[in-house]
Amino acid sequence: MYRFILKRLGLLIPTLLGVITLVFFMLALSPGEPARVILGERANKEAVEKMNAELGLDKPMHVQYVIYLKKVVQLDFGKSIKTGQSVIDEIKARFPATIELAIFSMILASVLGIFVGVISATKRYSFWDYASMFGALFGVSMPVFWLGLVLIIIFSVNLNLLPTGGRMDIRYYFTPITNFYILDGIIHIFKTGDPKVLGSALTHLILPAVTLGTIPLAIIARITRSSMLEVLKQDYIKTARATGMSERKVIFKYALRNALLPVITVIGLQFGMLLAGAILTETIFAWPGIGKWLYHAIESRDFPAVQGGIIVISTCFVVINLFVDLLYSVINPKIRTE
Amino acid sequence: MENNRFLEIKGLNVSFYTQKGVVPAVRELDLWINKGETLALVGESGCGKSVTASAIMRLVPAPPGKIESGEILLDGKDLLRLTEKEMQSIRGDRISMIFQEPMTSLNPVFRIGEQIAEVFITHYSMDKKEALAKAVEMLDMVKIPAPEKRVRDYPHQLSGGMRQRVMIAMALSSPNPGLMIADEPTTALDVTIQAQILDLMRELQKSIQMSLLLITHDMGVVAEMANRVAVMYAGRKVEAGDVYDIFENPMHPYTVGLLNSMPSNEKYRHAGRLEAIEGNVPNLLEIGSGCPFESRCRYAKPVCREKFPDVKEAGNGHSVWCHFAGDIKFI
Repeated sequence: MYRFILKRLGLLIPTLLGVITLVFFMLALSPGEPARVILGERANKEAVEKMNAELGLDKPMHVQYVIYLKKVVQLDFGKSIKTGQSVIDEIKARFPATIELAIFSMILASVLGIFVGVISATKRYSFWDYASMFGALFGVSMPVFWLGLVLIIIFSVNLNLLPTGGRMDIRYYFTPITNFYILDGIIHIFKTGDPKVLGSALTHLILPAVTLGTIPLAIIARITRSSMLEVLKQDYIKTARATGMSERKVIFKYALRNALLPVITVIGLQFGMLLAGAILTETIFAWPGIGKWLYHAIESRDFPAVQGGIIVISTCFVVINLFVDLLYSVINPKIRTE
Repeated sequence: MENNRFLEIKGLNVSFYTQKGVVPAVRELDLWINKGETLALVGESGCGKSVTASAIMRLVPAPPGKIESGEILLDGKDLLRLTEKEMQSIRGDRISMIFQEPMTSLNPVFRIGEQIAEVFITHYSMDKKEALAKAVEMLDMVKIPAPEKRVRDYPHQLSGGMRQRVMIAMALSSPNPGLMIADEPTTALDVTIQAQILDLMRELQKSIQMSLLLITHDMGVVAEMANRVAVMYAGRKVEAGDVYDIFENPMHPYTVGLLNSMPSNEKYRHAGRLEAIEGNVPNLLEIGSGCPFESRCRYAKPVCREKFPDVKEAGNGHSVWCHFAGDIKFI
């Protein structure tokens, strides 16, 4: 098992190096000079050359690459062309919001999705099966922006239960420590005994998490159903039933663990996708995440920001996949012992 | 004799409701098994043997399967009238089952020890630690070497023969083993392993005085293991009796065909060739009211197509369902 983990960790390094290299050359070789973007179309030649020297762009490509690598290893992605701020600081301020939203959406999608999938597989062709699979189809086909707006109209405008957007009620003044507001809220309780910050963080999270989680939920429910139906046909399920154990135990212990294998893969992939930022959801709910930030960076040709953003997101993606692989081997002993 | 019966099946009918129509998988089946004896249920694939076994366990997949009518009496109690909860307390306790495919019958993601321990947890309300200790004992009983180590293995780490031993251990872990249903327990195994598994089953059966319902299509296995034999064809019982009577004096043309197709059987073989039964099992969807074997029977007459024969008794509990039983001289 340890050897397996070490092997997978070892593979992480070349993968990340590949990502960094690809990102560097993709932008370095793309048309358009950053200096011209910064200084404008009508800047004179001297100014452009001066700017190039400042940015280190006058050096040969391979030298630039080595310098870039050195900086990336120290988590220095340079300064944003647009705002002049350190890229890593901008990411640090926004990425936790995205991670927090992604985690909550995925918890919602996984727990509900697996539950719905199992029920609909065990009650195949019943009302529940048809209802939940219709719901899943509806969930997959639903445009996110529409769902988000409908939820806002119902729960924020009409029922006045939940906030329309943002991460925190502006009336609460507190200094974020981790930028994960749920975590900060818990820390705040320990410090002051005041639960309002945590409460506000949670209520702000509900609608975006539901909006973002709907499509993964529907996909997970469908995969769980088909995987479960396949497993329930297996001989070992009959063996389990023949030992006289209760049907609930047969399904939730003996069948589900086998059925989860493909589901975990899907959960991992979906989670990775959510981390890349959910631009639509972030826009609708004014969620200060990395998706919208990256979108604006691309729009304004803010190369350092784009590079930094892509590298951080792909690193998370790779790490999640590693985690999925490890989880896979925990569930499936065959992979572990081979 | 009556009160010596452990399990008795009366007039069992099982159907499968498919898109093409209703398939009568088992029809008007009567069977009984005495305490401590081995009954072999014989017939080729698709004749209803496994469905009968599933029906006894009430594990016929429904839908599409349905137990239409009949009684399955265990110690005089009709299993078909029990609630699912009551039935669960019988499965793995009074009746246990082992299956044909040891490769796929064990759950691949749980250690074999845990799977055996499950029986002890379910029926003895043991905690996990006690149950695992019991599992080691059971593995030792079915002669798996180094059971303390093996108990931590996953199914894919064991050979087919070893896995079938694990299945037997699971079946024997029941608190009150009364009947073990073995659905083609050796079909998927090598011949040498087959003999080992059969020996083991016979030995254990003797030591705990348990009945065995052995489902097989291998007449060699029948000769070795069974006290009595019931031959099924296309969902119907066609001949039943003491194992000696069936082998010495088979009266149904189908039984004769089965014996002829045994490679080791000198008596029924002629011209030095292994004989096959011509044709295939009829499509159960198109089966009429006559004798199901009629289409393949070389002795068939018009009456065979019209009416399923009444039972003919040949003494010593030997019964046969053939219009011409006793009249045919088999070559």
